[in-house]
Amino acid sequence: MKVRKNIAISENGFIFNPLTGDSFSVNETGVFILQKLKEEESEATILQNLMDEYELDAHTAEKDLNDFLSMLQNYQLTTNE
Amino acid sequence: MKPNYESPIIKKLNAGMMNKFGSRTEYIPVKYIDNVAVADLMDQYGSPLFVISEKTIRQNYQKAVKAFKMRYPKVQFAWSYKTNYLDAVCQVFHQEGSWAEVVSGFEYQKALRNGVPGNLIIFNGPDKSKEDLILAIKNRSLIHIDHFDELYMLIDILEDMEETKARVAIRVNMDTGIYPQWDRFGFNYENGQAWNAIMRIIAQEKLQFEGLHCHIGTYMLTANAYAVAAQKMCELALSYSNTTGENIKYIDMGGGFCSVNTLKGSYLQGADIIPTFDDYAEAITSTILQSGFRPDTLPLLILETGRALIDEAGYLLGTVLATKRLADGRRATIVDTGVNIMFTSFWYNHRVSPAQDFSQHAEDTVLYGPLCMNIDSLRESITLPILKKGDRIVIQDVGAYNMTQWMQFITLRPNVVMIDTTGKVHLIRKQETIDSIVNYEIVPEHLK
Ligand SMILES: Cc1ncc(COP(=O)(O)O)c(C=O)c1O
Repeated sequence: MKVRKNIAISENGFIFNPLTGDSFSVNETGVFILQKLKEEESEATILQNLMDEYELDAHTAEKDLNDFLSMLQNYQLTTNE
Repeated sequence: MKPNYESPIIKKLNAGMMNKFGSRTEYIPVKYIDNVAVADLMDQYGSPLFVISEKTIRQNYQKAVKAFKMRYPKVQFAWSYKTNYLDAVCQVFHQEGSWAEVVSGFEYQKALRNGVPGNLIIFNGPDKSKEDLILAIKNRSLIHIDHFDELYMLIDILEDMEETKARVAIRVNMDTGIYPQWDRFGFNYENGQAWNAIMRIIAQEKLQFEGLHCHIGTYMLTANAYAVAAQKMCELALSYSNTTGENIKYIDMGGGFCSVNTLKGSYLQGADIIPTFDDYAEAITSTILQSGFRPDTLPLLILETGRALIDEAGYLLGTVLATKRLADGRRATIVDTGVNIMFTSFWYNHRVSPAQDFSQHAEDTVLYGPLCMNIDSLRESITLPILKKGDRIVIQDVGAYNMTQWMQFITLRPNVVMIDTTGKVHLIRKQETIDSIVNYEIVPEHLK
């Protein structure tokens, strides 16, 4: 899963999709994940990155990451190529 | 040290669709109730847990009494048992000077057990059995007659009771300009039924006619409806004096004042639009004072205020069981406080707050209870900080009607504690166990 190319992500969590004109806000953990996605990391790597970065158990990390990715997809911010 | 973790969230920003009153932070964390830590309460008494603040009951009661007593010389409150009849709660009201207002034989028994003298019990409602009435007559309680069948039953009963009189009043219903009109209880004012009932009562030697009662509705958003009602009650009372030369002893205006809750479907927050005790008191007392009673014949003013006195004193503490995504992407949060113990969630959008600190990020969520039933939905849409399994919530203003209308459905009813005015916590109703339920069941021999 990748973030669409033209999507702008600011450091403080503001996201703008020029295609649809929609804007979004994400929290710090969200920014962290989006940056990894931009760097084209795999889901497994992001999962590991999350656990390295935060005090976090594997189940919560997996559940939260899945949920977040599904919301990105829902808002059409990602592609599956 | 690693930074604190918070679940990732993304929220769509809807420019131009902001609430014109500004967004309200519904979610200030509630970590303490009367200086007692919510976490400690839940650790000790479990989840869910009802908590009642004795201090808040007393403060609200005193505020209400003051609003009326500073405007009118003779005022008496009678605690509406059905609103919350846990004994400990009733006793706080009785200690403050409240009489009891009951609407069934069961509630009547409860009031007696609580030590309320029979002559300070008001017996309302359409369902009074023959046994109930005999007891009420003997105890000199105030019997508020609801319909002609009850009136004739009373007359019959008194025929067999020598030398005994019953103290009675009638319940009056009327048009106060509000819709829907409550006309199913009592005798109608406009069509002359109420006057007719009074005439029949005074023709009976064994019926002592003492007062007039009305209860024009509940959660009355306009104080003026009470002015209209009080005017009609006074007209009846004065006609009665003119006709008989006797004075009416009391006018009972019932309950119905709003609590701070927000009704479902209301755009404005309850606390911003509801009349105050002073507004209601002004509407009622100024009407009575100007209606033409001589100062020495002013009737006692009785109030049966329920929800406005107790809602704010009640809290329900609960725990997040799970969070999930619905098919359309909305978040759903499942908590252990269902509609089984929160009957009032059918009427109100209750205030829900987290019981712990959280970050500034929030998300709209549906709030579901724990029951495996579609009806178990507490809030269709509420903005809450990100909650995760195990987090705790505090639901506010649930003191009225929940601890009486709760149902034993799918799960058991939880503990109820009261925090006294010194901050000490008392268990006032034990959580049910499976025995509380099965002890009442009987399995026929052939099915064992
Ligand atoms: C006769 C009577 N009195 C008092 C009350 C208390 O009403 P509230 O809780 O709205 O003040 C009720 C409630 O329905 C009632 O029926």
